[in-house]
Amino acid sequence: MSELLLEASHVGRTFETKKGRFTALNDVHLTIHQHEFVSLLGPSGCGKSTFLRLVAGLDQITDGTIVLNGQPITRPGRDRGVVFQQYSLLPWLLAWENVAFALKKDRLLNKKQKKELAYHFLKLVGLEGFETVYPSQMSGGMQQRVAIARALVFKPKLLLMDEPFGALDAQTRRDMQDLLVKVFKEAQSSVLFVTHDIDEAVYLSDRVYVMASGPGRNAKELTIELPDARDWSLQLTEPFIAYKKEIILELQKQRREAAEKAAATR
Amino acid sequence: MRLKIVSASGIALVLAVWCAVTYTGMVGSLFLPTPTAVLQEAVKEIQSGVFFSDIEVSFYRITIGFVFATAFALPIGVLMGTSKTWKAFWEPLVGFIRYMPVVAFIPMSILWFGTSDMQKFFIIFLGVFFQEVIMIADNCKRVKRSVVEVGMTLGLNRLEVIKDIVVRAAMPSIWDTLRTVWGWAWTYLVVAELVAATSGLGFRIMQAQRYLSTETIILGILTIGVLGLITDLIFGLLGKFFFPWMEKEKIN
Repeated sequence: MSELLLEASHVGRTFETKKGRFTALNDVHLTIHQHEFVSLLGPSGCGKSTFLRLVAGLDQITDGTIVLNGQPITRPGRDRGVVFQQYSLLPWLLAWENVAFALKKDRLLNKKQKKELAYHFLKLVGLEGFETVYPSQMSGGMQQRVAIARALVFKPKLLLMDEPFGALDAQTRRDMQDLLVKVFKEAQSSVLFVTHDIDEAVYLSDRVYVMASGPGRNAKELTIELPDARDWSLQLTEPFIAYKKEIILELQKQRREAAEKAAATR
Repeated sequence: MRLKIVSASGIALVLAVWCAVTYTGMVGSLFLPTPTAVLQEAVKEIQSGVFFSDIEVSFYRITIGFVFATAFALPIGVLMGTSKTWKAFWEPLVGFIRYMPVVAFIPMSILWFGTSDMQKFFIIFLGVFFQEVIMIADNCKRVKRSVVEVGMTLGLNRLEVIKDIVVRAAMPSIWDTLRTVWGWAWTYLVVAELVAATSGLGFRIMQAQRYLSTETIILGILTIGVLGLITDLIFGLLGKFFFPWMEKEKIN
């Protein structure tokens, strides 16, 4: 296995609310290696997005450590690119300007180079010819392509994606998954991908962490070994279905346990 | 097109009622002059030159007062909408002064500035500044958290997030705030001119009151209305020009 990029150990996040202390995450651990695609899968409310926000530096841990490249994470930084679920483009900028905006702080590049890079990455995500269009003129899928281009253009070591295709229709979603597989290979980045879609997680990932909720914690970790050349028919093969089955059984077990727990406290 | 006819018919209806009650003598010409009398007054004022000189002087006062107030309100409002410390400092102060009636400051303003233009600027400033600060702060607060976080994840510092994200995102609604408050500024201007002025639209109305020249009063009121309408249209058109990214059609 290649070099370790991110290591999260004993991560906890509690929120002080009016009703008392709420534990969103408890003793979560996760690792990501260079050029690895890791998914965080779990039911909604299990804290997977909270975890991603911690890695992004948008929120602070209350327990444990998250170390990226040997440095503890305290704030957002340009070593990480983030793709949010939706509405994250700046509506007053054209598509290419949105991508180039990510290079704003890059002093080594001049304006022309930034524009060229923006055009190049838009082409990479299949948006050639749509460079001078405003976000409001684009469909959800196109907007998400721009968001991916923007997250890739400054070549972050780690790409964080928070249910990036959650708001898209099924067909667009499939196209975007295949696009991501292609782009991921070219970008030489690593990915932390948050999703609640089992097929999506197995299809895209090298490894999948399954989480349980109440409080959010690790439940299962799977290493996915499927042929590198990903294609939709892959989802019909025995190994793919076996992984899927393993995850479904795990989630089902969680639901049963949660129901028993609820019955016991009643 | 259909809507334009509806809009026009609203104005036409008011005009028709005005004609009906004045030409028939239902209401005496002292209480409400006929449209003809008002038009004749307009021709007279235009010929003597006071019509446009009044507009010019009033427009000058409102513009200076408004621009001044906005120049201060914009940075303070933005900071109030983005920083808790600034908000804590300004909010009680602004919230308190905002509710003081501007009109009640007129005696003091005359004491301080006499009947000079400065006194008009001051009254307009009072009326505009405090409203704008609160509204602009609110415009900034309503910027979506998600776009702010985009800026943060791209490595922008706090000041850059405010400058390049919050202000840019809030600009169309700030523009609407300016547009609304500009309308209010006309009221403050006329109030200031009614009491202490030797020129301007408000002064003309006040002077006409002494001679019971009601057609001059009505003309003054209508002029202010038309000027307000024109500036509002200009605000709207400029808004479309400044923010072309609003209201675009989807490509597919």
